[in-house]
Amino acid sequence: MTVPLAYYLVLSAVLFSIGVATFLIRRNIITVFLAIELMLNAVNLAFVTFAHQWRMVNGQIFVFFVMVVAAAEAAVGLAIIITIFRARNTLNIDQVDLMKL
Amino acid sequence: MNDLPSLHLWLIPLLPCLGFLLNGLLGRRMPKKLISAIALLCTALPLAQVAWIASRFHSLSVPYIERFATPWIAAGAFRASFDLVFDQLTLVMLLVVTGVGFLIHVYSVGYMAEEEGYWRFFAYLNLFMFFMLTLVLAENFLLMFVGWEGVGLASYLLIGFYFKRKSAADAGKKAFIVNRIGDFGFLLAMFLMISHFGSLSFSNIFAAIAQHPEIHGGFVTAIALLLLLGAVGKSAQIPLYVWLPDAMEGPTPVSALIHAATMVTAGVYMIVRAHILFEHSPFALGVVAIIGTATAILAATIAVVQNDIKRVLAYSTVSQLGYMFLACGAAAFSAAIFHLVTHAFFKGLLFLAAGSVIHALGGEQDMRRMGGLRKAVPVTFWTMTAAVFAISGLPPFSGFFSKDAILYQSYLSPTAGHALWLVGLITAAITAFYMFRLWYMTFFGQSRAHALEEAGSEHAIGTHAVETHGAAQTLAPAHAAHAPHESPWIMLVPLILLGVLSVAGGWIGIPQALGGHDQFARFLDPALSGRRHSFEELSIQMNVEGPAAAAAASAMQPSVPPTPNPSQERLFSLLSVIAALSGWFFADLFYRRKPGLAGRWVENARGIYSLLVHKYWIDELYSAVIVKPTLWSSRYLLRSAVDRGIIDGGGQLAAGSARGLGALVQRVQSGNIRSYAGWLAIGAAAMLLLAHFGFVLH
Repeated sequence: MTVPLAYYLVLSAVLFSIGVATFLIRRNIITVFLAIELMLNAVNLAFVTFAHQWRMVNGQIFVFFVMVVAAAEAAVGLAIIITIFRARNTLNIDQVDLMKL
Repeated sequence: MNDLPSLHLWLIPLLPCLGFLLNGLLGRRMPKKLISAIALLCTALPLAQVAWIASRFHSLSVPYIERFATPWIAAGAFRASFDLVFDQLTLVMLLVVTGVGFLIHVYSVGYMAEEEGYWRFFAYLNLFMFFMLTLVLAENFLLMFVGWEGVGLASYLLIGFYFKRKSAADAGKKAFIVNRIGDFGFLLAMFLMISHFGSLSFSNIFAAIAQHPEIHGGFVTAIALLLLLGAVGKSAQIPLYVWLPDAMEGPTPVSALIHAATMVTAGVYMIVRAHILFEHSPFALGVVAIIGTATAILAATIAVVQNDIKRVLAYSTVSQLGYMFLACGAAAFSAAIFHLVTHAFFKGLLFLAAGSVIHALGGEQDMRRMGGLRKAVPVTFWTMTAAVFAISGLPPFSGFFSKDAILYQSYLSPTAGHALWLVGLITAAITAFYMFRLWYMTFFGQSRAHALEEAGSEHAIGTHAVETHGAAQTLAPAHAAHAPHESPWIMLVPLILLGVLSVAGGWIGIPQALGGHDQFARFLDPALSGRRHSFEELSIQMNVEGPAAAAAASAMQPSVPPTPNPSQERLFSLLSVIAALSGWFFADLFYRRKPGLAGRWVENARGIYSLLVHKYWIDELYSAVIVKPTLWSSRYLLRSAVDRGIIDGGGQLAAGSARGLGALVQRVQSGNIRSYAGWLAIGAAAMLLLAHFGFVLH
C-alpha cells in the first residue's frame, strides 16, 4: 500500500510553517538558523514527492541543488554567527539591528 | 555625369575648411607666419581652381552638376544630396567670393598683425569662406541653407571677435538673433517646397515649374515671400537691417569681406538663384522692389549724418543692397548680379581703405577727428578716390554701369516702375553726397585730431566705441605723438588691385546704348533662363493674376511696358550722372568751400537732423515694441509663471510626493531581521492567496 500524495504535502507544509513560525518567534540566532534549514528541507520533501509522483527526475536534481546551497549557506552562516558573537557578545537577533535608517 | 573629366568642385569649399581645422585646432601654438601661410594657401588654391575652371568654361556643358552617390538625407520619398552645381551664375559668384576673399585675407595679414587671437581670426575667416562657397555651390535649398546658417555663424564669431568689449559681444548677438528671424522664413519656404514639389533640388523644382507654366500666385507667392524674408534678414533690408550697422564692431577686414562684399549679398544671390519662383509671382517681385527701394533711400539718408567712418559705409552697404533688391524686384536679375560684383569690388575697397585710414590714425574712427590725410596716406587716398567715384556712379567707373543698368531696368519693368526709379535716382544723388562728404572729411582740409574736444560733445551721438585696434590700446585717447602713417605694403597691394577692379570692373557690362556689348548680361542669360522675354510674360501674368497683385503694383504701373530704346537709355544715363554730380557739388559746397554752412543748415532743420541722427528711432522702436515686451514676458510670464510655477512646480511636486511616500515607508526598514521576515511571510502569503483566487494570473 502506498502513502497518498497529500500526506507528504501536508507534512511538508507543516514543517515549513513550523520553520516560519520559529523564525518569527525565536530570538536566538542559532535557532533562527535551524528554522531556515527546516524550511529548506520542507521544500525538499515537496520536491521529492512530486518527482516521485510524476516520475520525473527534475525534482530530485533540484533537491541536490538545494542541499548544496544549504551546505554552503550553513558554512557561511555559522561563520557570520561566530563573528557576530565575538563582536557583540550576544546571540539575540533583536540586538543586531544596525542596518536601518 | 558629363563626358568631361570631373571638375572636383568639392575641393573648392573643403580647402578653406581644412585651413579652418588646422588653424582652429593647432593655431594657438603656431607662429604667425605659419598661420597666415595656411590661411592664404587655403583661399588661394580655390581661387586658382576657379580661375582654371573659368579658363576652360566655354568647353563645359552647363549647368554642370557634380553628383555624389550617397545621399545626405533619405527619408521616405524625400532625398537631399551633397550635389554641387556649376553654371554662369555660380562662376561669377565663385570668382567674387574667392577673389575678393583672397585679397582681404592678404590685407588681414597686415591689418591684424598686432592683434591678440591672430590664429582665431584666420580660422574664423577660413570657416566663413568654407560656408560661403558651400552656399554658392549648393544644388539644393537644404545644402544652401547649411552654408546660409554657417556664414551667419562665422559672422557672429567675427563680429564678436573683440568679445571682451560688451558692445561687440552684443552686436554679435544682435546679428545672430535678427538673422534667425529671416532663417525662420527660409525654413518655412523649404517646408512648403517639400510639400508641393517633394524635393529641394533646384533642378527638380525649376523643372516642375517649367512644366506647368500656368501656375503662379498662391503657394508660389507664399514660397517667394518666405524666401524673401530669409533674404531680407541676411541682406539687411527693411525691416531686418538693424544688425548690419552694429556689425561694424568687428575688425575692419571682416566688415569688408562679410558685411560688404560677400555674405550680405547671399540674399540677392538666393533670389536670383530662385528667380523662376519669383518670376511666377509678380506680387512677390513687387514686394521685393518696394522693400529694396525703401531700404535704399532710408539707409542713404541715415548715412548722411553718421560721423563714424565705418557706420557711413555700413549704411551705404544697406543702401546698395537695396539697389540690388530693386533690380531683383524689377526682374533684372543680371543687373542685380552685376551690381553685386561691382559692389563687392568698390565696397570691399572702401572698407579696406577705411581700415587703412583707421590704422594710420591709430584706431580713430570718427571722421570729425580726421581731415587732411591726403598727403599722409597717398595710396589709400587714391584707391579710396576710385571707390568713391565708383559708388557714386560716375562714368567710367564700375558702379556707373551697374547702377545705371538697375535704374533703367526698373524704369522699364512692370513690377518696379517709374516711382521706384525716381526714388532710386534720388538715392543715387544722396549716395554721391554722403560718399563725397566722407571723402572730404577724411582727406581734405586741416587735420582735426583735437577739434572735437573744443567743439564739445553736442554732436557726439551715433558714434560708438572706437575699435580697440592695436595701437589704440597702448596709446592714450589723444594720439598726438602719433603722426599719421601709410599702411604696410601687404595692405596696400589688395587696395591697389581692388582699386583697378573698381575702375575697370564695370567695363564687362557696358550696355549697347553706350557703345558696349552688354557682355555680362549676355553671359548670365543662360543661367537666368532667357530673362529677356520675361518682362512681357510678367505683364501678361499680372493681367491674369487678378486684383491683389494689380492693386499692389498699380501705383507704379505703366499700362504697356515700354520697350528698351538706346536714345532713351542714354538719356537715363545722363540723368544718373547729373544726380551723382549734384551730390558731389553739394558735398563740395558743405565740406570744402563753406565748412560752416552744414552747421547752419542743421540749426535750421533741427527736427529732420535729429530724426536722421537717431536713425529714425528704428532701434528704439524695435526695442519698445519687440525687445522690451519679449524681455518682460520672458521675465515675468515665462520665467516666473511658466518656468518657476509650472515646470519647477511640477518637478517639486514629483520630488515632494516621492519624499512623503518615502517617509511613510521608511518605518518598514527597522533593522529588525524578524520584522523583515514577517513582512516576507505576509507578502508570500498574500501572493499565495492571490494566486489561489486567480487575481494575478489573468
